[in-house]
Amino acid sequence: MKLVRALQRGRKAASSLQSQPARSIALLSRPLSAAAASPGSAVAQYQQQSPRTALAPSSLSSKASRRHGSSLASDEPLKQTPLYDLHLAHGAKMVPFGGFQMPVQYSSLSVSASHHFTRSHASLFDVGHMVQHRFSGPGAAAFLERITPASLGPLPVRSSTLSTLLWPGTGGIVDDTIITKLADDAFYVVTNAACRDKDLKYLGEQLAEWTKSNNSENAKLEHEVLDGWGLVALQGPLSEEILSSILVAPEESKLRELYFGQCRPVMVKTGGGELSQPILVSRGGYTGEDGFEISIPPADTVAVTEALLESAGPEKLQFAGLGARDSLRLEAGMCLYGHDLDDTTTPVEGALSWVIGKDRRDPASKNPFHGAEVILPQLTPKSKGGAGVSRRRVGLVVEGAPAREGAEIVDSAGQKIGVVTSGCPSPTLGKNIAMGYVADGSHKAGTELEVVVRGRKRKAVVTKMPFVPSKYWKGTAPA
Amino acid sequence: MAASIATRCLRATRAPCSLFQLAQAAPIARPSTRFPLSAFRTFSTTPLREIRKYTKDHEWVDLSADKTSGVIGISEYAAEELGDVVYVELPEEGKAVQAGDAIGAVESVKSAADINAPIACRVTSINMLLEEKPGTINQVPEDDSHGGGWIAKVAVDEAGVKDFENLMDAEEYKAFTGSEE
Repeated sequence: MKLVRALQRGRKAASSLQSQPARSIALLSRPLSAAAASPGSAVAQYQQQSPRTALAPSSLSSKASRRHGSSLASDEPLKQTPLYDLHLAHGAKMVPFGGFQMPVQYSSLSVSASHHFTRSHASLFDVGHMVQHRFSGPGAAAFLERITPASLGPLPVRSSTLSTLLWPGTGGIVDDTIITKLADDAFYVVTNAACRDKDLKYLGEQLAEWTKSNNSENAKLEHEVLDGWGLVALQGPLSEEILSSILVAPEESKLRELYFGQCRPVMVKTGGGELSQPILVSRGGYTGEDGFEISIPPADTVAVTEALLESAGPEKLQFAGLGARDSLRLEAGMCLYGHDLDDTTTPVEGALSWVIGKDRRDPASKNPFHGAEVILPQLTPKSKGGAGVSRRRVGLVVEGAPAREGAEIVDSAGQKIGVVTSGCPSPTLGKNIAMGYVADGSHKAGTELEVVVRGRKRKAVVTKMPFVPSKYWKGTAPA
Repeated sequence: MAASIATRCLRATRAPCSLFQLAQAAPIARPSTRFPLSAFRTFSTTPLREIRKYTKDHEWVDLSADKTSGVIGISEYAAEELGDVVYVELPEEGKAVQAGDAIGAVESVKSAADINAPIACRVTSINMLLEEKPGTINQVPEDDSHGGGWIAKVAVDEAGVKDFENLMDAEEYKAFTGSEE
């Protein structure tokens, strides 16, 4: 029996803290603004540009390529988020993930108990390992529309959309990302930790290319990485109540009017009655539950997180780790980059055609997104004269043993037609769920297939995702 | 690892109302030493019955006093590390295997782990209870009685006895998992 190896945990790990010289590596904070917040200027503050910290495309590019050249796992010490000590104090079991030491679970709840707790109460996830970016300037929207198929013109200010960074030529997905429009010329973008080096190199190259071919004032933009900033996800049905309880009025009453996909800068009351700097609260998340993703300036990350935990109390809110995050997102039908999506997958193959904005589908566009020449013809199936795709991402419900990543998918004739990319027993449904790629034609819901687990075939049925209905707050349905 | 006693007691009463208690009671640090409950029982009350040894892959195996039969299971440490077990793939009855061969698997939400044969042996019977109640593995992983979380009963020959001699006793295994943690 091979067990997943874990790093030190609990007090034992805490006691060895002092002997870790590398721990401040991730904490070189580069605040957008060092000035204390004044109420009322929250929006301006969040959007304020600090030239001191902005990374020019060229410097970013060279830095990124240097990083890229070194092996991720072995010679670079694991980084820590600002909440590292707090995790240990809560009995976290830490594991390496995306170059960071991240909590996989906590001593108070098993992975499945934590999963259930998120769906019945609320959980707090540290996602500070993810990479937060800011793109600003008159050319920011056009640049982002070049590298993603997002429709950013019509996107309302203070709204977010899921999108994908794309490779030129192939239309393969570099990374999946959330793009938030802070203003017409300012965007907040979050990408995956595991893709950090690749993404920064990609963005550096793309910015250089953009600057070379668009030298008008209107095309200028700056890119900044918000290193050291905290990012936590508050997820579950009690999220709104919990966040409301620490909000500084008058925002308190307005969370009900902040709908899925929208965001707002707010300030909160922390432990000693102090006010936080403005934090950006975005309604949404990676669990299918109602909730918020909260971006916090470096100096306030611990205080805001503690304020959430303390005001809610352990009966309402618990820390949750990567273990529960993975089973929750799989139930919600969401992709994990590097597993369910990769550089060779296009959005259409990945069942993400919906990320391609309606106004981005014109083949004659003046600012086509990367790979549009490959991706747009795929939108029309072969049967209707388009290029179609040969494989598609689908959901599966598997009988007997859970099918994990790498399990072969075969059709009724025993022919291999695909592979599982994620899978686990669903704590909510009590069934084994998985996602994977199957040959076009076998992708329709209800199709009976088989997956091979430890040499034995198990029945699998193509099933619509999400497996567990999403509970996003979109306002009350019209009567 | 040692938190498993507390976890086990609490699991029995796991209901929504106990969550607060669960969170409160959970210690930050796991007490650093403890002895597997069932192993302790084996040694203290029935010393002549059988000896239990452990593999580095976290299986346990009991060898009968006459060295012809044995029982296989996974250790309490392993059960705790895996988390809530939701599926157990049992070995094939009648199958003869070498030490280290994969004979089954244990699946939890977070991972799947192969069960490897700790010694050369032939599977004579399997614990069907685990098909119905895989969670038994978490409750009593080292219990070889009816209702326990044992995996398989096996017939053992000389090769198996030789393999057995190279495994860790309870004391050594405790030290081994202590250093792993």
